[in-house]
Amino acid sequence: MEKASTRFLILGKGKVNNIAEDMLDVEDLRTYYYTRSGIVKAVDDVSFTMDKGETLGIVGESGCGKSTLGFSILKLIPPPGRIVGGRIVLDNSDLIAKSEKEMREIRGRRISMIFQDPMTSLNPLMKIGTHFVELLLTHDPLLSEEDALGRAKSILSVLGISPERIDDYPHQFSGGMRQRIMIGLAIALNPDLVIADEPTTALDVIVQAKILDLLKSLRDAYGMALILITHDLSIVLERCDKIIVMYAGQLMEQAERLDLQERPSHPYAQGLLRSIPNIELADQRLEAIPGDPPDLLNLPRGCRFQQRCPYAMEYCHKETPLIDVGHNHLVRCFLYGG
Amino acid sequence: MARLVRLPRRFLKKGGEWYLTYAGLAIITLIFAIFLLAPIIAPYDPIKTDVGERFTAPNFQFPMGTDLHGRDVYSRIIYGARTVMLVALASTIISLIAGVPIGLASGYAGGKADRVLSLVMDSIYSFPGLILAIALAAMLGPGVVNMSISIAVVYIPTYFRMIRGQVLSVKENLYIEAARAVGAKARTIVFNYIFPNVIPSILVLMSLNIADAILTEAGLSFLGLGISAPTADWGFDLQSGRPYFPGLPGRGSYWWLITFPGLMIIVTVLGFSLFGEGLNEILNPRQREGE
Repeated sequence: MEKASTRFLILGKGKVNNIAEDMLDVEDLRTYYYTRSGIVKAVDDVSFTMDKGETLGIVGESGCGKSTLGFSILKLIPPPGRIVGGRIVLDNSDLIAKSEKEMREIRGRRISMIFQDPMTSLNPLMKIGTHFVELLLTHDPLLSEEDALGRAKSILSVLGISPERIDDYPHQFSGGMRQRIMIGLAIALNPDLVIADEPTTALDVIVQAKILDLLKSLRDAYGMALILITHDLSIVLERCDKIIVMYAGQLMEQAERLDLQERPSHPYAQGLLRSIPNIELADQRLEAIPGDPPDLLNLPRGCRFQQRCPYAMEYCHKETPLIDVGHNHLVRCFLYGG
Repeated sequence: MARLVRLPRRFLKKGGEWYLTYAGLAIITLIFAIFLLAPIIAPYDPIKTDVGERFTAPNFQFPMGTDLHGRDVYSRIIYGARTVMLVALASTIISLIAGVPIGLASGYAGGKADRVLSLVMDSIYSFPGLILAIALAAMLGPGVVNMSISIAVVYIPTYFRMIRGQVLSVKENLYIEAARAVGAKARTIVFNYIFPNVIPSILVLMSLNIADAILTEAGLSFLGLGISAPTADWGFDLQSGRPYFPGLPGRGSYWWLITFPGLMIIVTVLGFSLFGEGLNEILNPRQREGE
């Protein structure tokens, strides 16, 4: 991989990888879906920051708004969804204020995204090479098609796919290979941030590990930041610098990886950690969190986790303060003061 | 046992479908050959009167007889193919050129514009086709171009609705989202990602559209809203032969005057319909009945 990495750096735009603080700063982001049956607050008041080269994990159950959060950063929320408030600041410029045309420049070049299902995220009617050529030419119209193909080939070899397969169609590749191609498309323009939305959920365990390793090595080679959105807490605990636990559209806990592992503070995060299988405790029964997430159309007043929380008390029906329990470890829970 | 019974039946069904598709293709080929080679095949000038005795029954010299002006029906049938096909093709192409881009744009853009366009198209669609074509043709007046436009308007909503529906379903594919996530332009997505998916359906619809357009054209000509008098045209000849149908009182009984134009209309429409349906089976195998 080392050889591949150096080759990859040559492909890049030759950016200076100086470590600037707060490359991405998301503040009070709110994304609502205005459905016929009411307003779904898929992302409600979420804030976080990311440094250059950092890996941020976002975990939560299905429907907790973690994918919507990812799409919001790219401003790709399909109607009836809309970003209704907050700021998304990338290198000192607010993406919320940008026009669709400006966003197109940013997508792919500055921020790009990898999706869950590699089987359907490539156009079945287009050759692999065409995917790359189209992407590269969109962002650099002066590039010749031959140069674009050449770059596509070198990206493929970095991904561990034979460059000779450039003229093959997506259906001729396996799921893992297709996901690698998707990753290749996401990093082709050397973006600052890659958002990976459940990148390994549709793949088997061995391929999962390979894909995650590939992402990690590319991140290291590039200095790009990575947002890993997943429902699999074990992946996040293994590979992310910082972790956000989301529940029903809200940020419930945010902490450095080790910090979260050592002292999960929110009852929901504690429950999640207990529900991970542990090899060392072979006879321990896995604990499930009782109950179901609340209906996003019909949220309870106060804490959204109250119905499933073993520590719920009177006050939880009123407020949900976000509390810093030290070392940038944020918890949205009354147990820690407020 | 059940297998033994079922297998031949399935073969028969499949064989039958293919046979009919090829039959349709053969008819279409024949009609196009007539369309192109009319001056070579036709023995007489179709609009020249008194090339034979009036109302000559079919014989070796006039295989389909002659009409009340002594014109050769066979030559008129051959030249009539030109008129009919010209109008059918022109109207199909006009509907295609108008309907497909509007359908693509409307389906992809969505929102208010899409709702307004759908409403307009649906109201045209809900209007009885032939009556709309008659109204338009009456307004625009006779002639090949005006007739083509009248028929085209009737079929634009068919293209629009089908294309829009397909765009809506193709649009949901993750690869469209993925392309947008790396900064693809709307134009690129519509033409490189969505359009190729709808081409097969366009081909099928075109074939069925031509069949329908031929019927409408014949209907308009029959009602006198089509081509002006001496030009050979199946619908018009059907109309001028109508008073002489056997069994009607007053005039003579000359069956060949309406039989041959009528047969030609039926056979041509059948050809395009069979081919269109067969093409649909081949290109969209998932829509096959009972599967």
